[in-house]
Amino acid sequence: MRIGWLNLVRDRVALAMTFVLPVAFFSIFQVVFGSQGGRGEVRPLRVALVDQDGSEASQAFAAALQQEKALRLVTTARARRASAKAPSATLDRARAQELVRDGELSVAVVLLTGFGEGLARFDAPARAELLVDPSNPIAGPLMQGMLQKAAATAQPDGLARRGLEQFEKYAGALTPGQRQVVDAWLAQPKSDSASQSPIAEGLVSVAVTEVVGGGPNAPLIAFFAAGTGVMFLLFSCAAAGGSLLEEVESGTLERLLTSPLGMGRLLVGKWLLVTLLGVMQMTVMFVWGALVFGLELVPHLAGFALVTLATAGAASAFGLVLASACRSRGQLSGISTIVILMMSAVGGSMFPRFLMSESMQRLGLLTFNGWALDGYLKVFWRKAPLVELWPQLLVLSLLAAAFLAAARLLARRWETA
Amino acid sequence: MGGQVPIVSLLAVRDARKSFGALVALEGVSIELREGELIGLVGPNGAGKTTLVRAIAGRVRLDAGAVELLNRPVEPGSPRPELGVVPQEIALYASLTARENLEAFGRLHGLAARALAARVDWALEWTGLAARDREPVRRFSGGMRRRLNIACGVLHEPRVLLLDEPTVGVDPQSRERIYEMLAALRRAGTSLLLTTHQLDEAESLCDRIVVIDHGRVIASGRLAELIAGTIGEGRRVLLSVDRPVAEPIDGLEPEDGSGTTLGAHVKDVASELPALLRHAAAAGLEVRDVAVRSPSLHAVFIHLTGRELRE
Repeated sequence: MRIGWLNLVRDRVALAMTFVLPVAFFSIFQVVFGSQGGRGEVRPLRVALVDQDGSEASQAFAAALQQEKALRLVTTARARRASAKAPSATLDRARAQELVRDGELSVAVVLLTGFGEGLARFDAPARAELLVDPSNPIAGPLMQGMLQKAAATAQPDGLARRGLEQFEKYAGALTPGQRQVVDAWLAQPKSDSASQSPIAEGLVSVAVTEVVGGGPNAPLIAFFAAGTGVMFLLFSCAAAGGSLLEEVESGTLERLLTSPLGMGRLLVGKWLLVTLLGVMQMTVMFVWGALVFGLELVPHLAGFALVTLATAGAASAFGLVLASACRSRGQLSGISTIVILMMSAVGGSMFPRFLMSESMQRLGLLTFNGWALDGYLKVFWRKAPLVELWPQLLVLSLLAAAFLAAARLLARRWETA
Repeated sequence: MGGQVPIVSLLAVRDARKSFGALVALEGVSIELREGELIGLVGPNGAGKTTLVRAIAGRVRLDAGAVELLNRPVEPGSPRPELGVVPQEIALYASLTARENLEAFGRLHGLAARALAARVDWALEWTGLAARDREPVRRFSGGMRRRLNIACGVLHEPRVLLLDEPTVGVDPQSRERIYEMLAALRRAGTSLLLTTHQLDEAESLCDRIVVIDHGRVIASGRLAELIAGTIGEGRRVLLSVDRPVAEPIDGLEPEDGSGTTLGAHVKDVASELPALLRHAAAAGLEVRDVAVRSPSLHAVFIHLTGRELRE
């Protein structure tokens, strides 16, 4: 017992693994997942609003929606691939659909022509269309409820206005004083009790359109395959990078360095091999997903190949950086476990990033997993054309280059003393 | 030219200096290895032997001084195909077979497929491992690994071979086999520089011995030269007596801590031994055994480097 204790105390990494790691993980999961719960501030849902009706009533409805703290309405956007300085234009349905498909917004609401008129009538409900991403199971139903509520809030105004218009038509205009009173009343926020009135139910008829095809399950399979795959890719790359430390410990590195092979070529050789292994690992994972769980691999083969190659290349270089930064394989396994699990949690390997808070989503972009998963999701989920993968491929390639350069610098300590 | 092979300096180290922080590892070491020669580099732990070997192999950048191979200075990191290095560690891939290890290291040294196959077969015969060439190295005994470790350093037929403790931790049979291997290399024209703590090994194998301590060469030459320059040509006579003696008696001095062994340095055993025996008897001592020792490298080594532990 004493020997075991002394060994643990002498090995600082093992000590950290024993006590610091669980605490670190608990904290990360609390930050990542805890903020999703009801107690913290709810992240507003980013919603595109397209008003095809353009009536006074539909605008009032939009204003009522705007009042909702849980929503952030987006009514204008720049054209796709427009520069950052380009002016924003009012959204149309096509652009809103793009924004949802690209994952920039959670859901889009289209107020169809005749919406305002429908609100004022009791016989036919107002018609709206919801453009949803089936991968986000919360946004659609939540938005449907919000629409009904907004209708109920906005509708009394509409009804009252229409009533007054009829009144004025037949009974003459209101006096300025009367007008002031009516306007003041109309401007008042209506109590939530309105939404509980019987007529508030089913005020808006909502047609739901899924903008991302493949059924609600297919993207989730892709998410799990990519999330798990990338995390394990990192683990296996770190372990494979450990072969460098094995070479140091066994003395074969010394021998390799006295041969014409230099450190640079040695690292590139190891990087290529581990990249190849990584590509094979991801391929096996996705082929299994396709065979057993019906993942749509074949139609997305080119995108899969590109993202996998970039991901494996970067992961392999990452493994080499970790290995060349560590003094022993024990240290490597400890540090890589911490780093990889943290990156996986924040980067969305365990829980989809688009369901995290915005700040966590931004933080996720600092991780390797974030970019790799965005790449896979673009391919399998958003069915984006290959050219649209360029940001992910570029970042992953740059990461690979940066990691390789860092590994080369760190490996200098094994070179000539 | 008269047909005589000129003595060519294959390897020369000139005034090599190297410090690691405050620790001075080499303080102006110069050695020269001539064609076909075998030099033994001996010295206590921490004397600077391994640093010197690593400097020759290009793995240590000297603060000052130079390493020359075939009369050309070589810089760290520059290729040195005429050099082979056998590290002290068993630097082999344990899960690979003997053949696979040889092939891997041969290829790293740039051997083309056909030459590689021939050299690997030669190495397996040379090391006596041909029958077990398809077995993973992890199943090998210490001696087998040592032999393979040496073979991996000579596949590219270097003219100079550096061996750092080539026989450490092996049984006498394997050691003999390794000596035979080194002899075969010498017959083929390879020059060798080996470091060792096995002084009998240095004594019997090496043409010249270089004693290094505190980063300096403190003696070098043939064994006879070293003996003549240090303890002299005579013999050491040792008398075992029946009781401990604390003080020297007429030319006999206590040889060890127990005081029951008395030693004397004599030039002519036959004429001087009877007098020593008489002196012991006169002091009331009973002589139980007499031993006469030839001067050894061990004695030279202790004479030069002292008895103090180097840890």
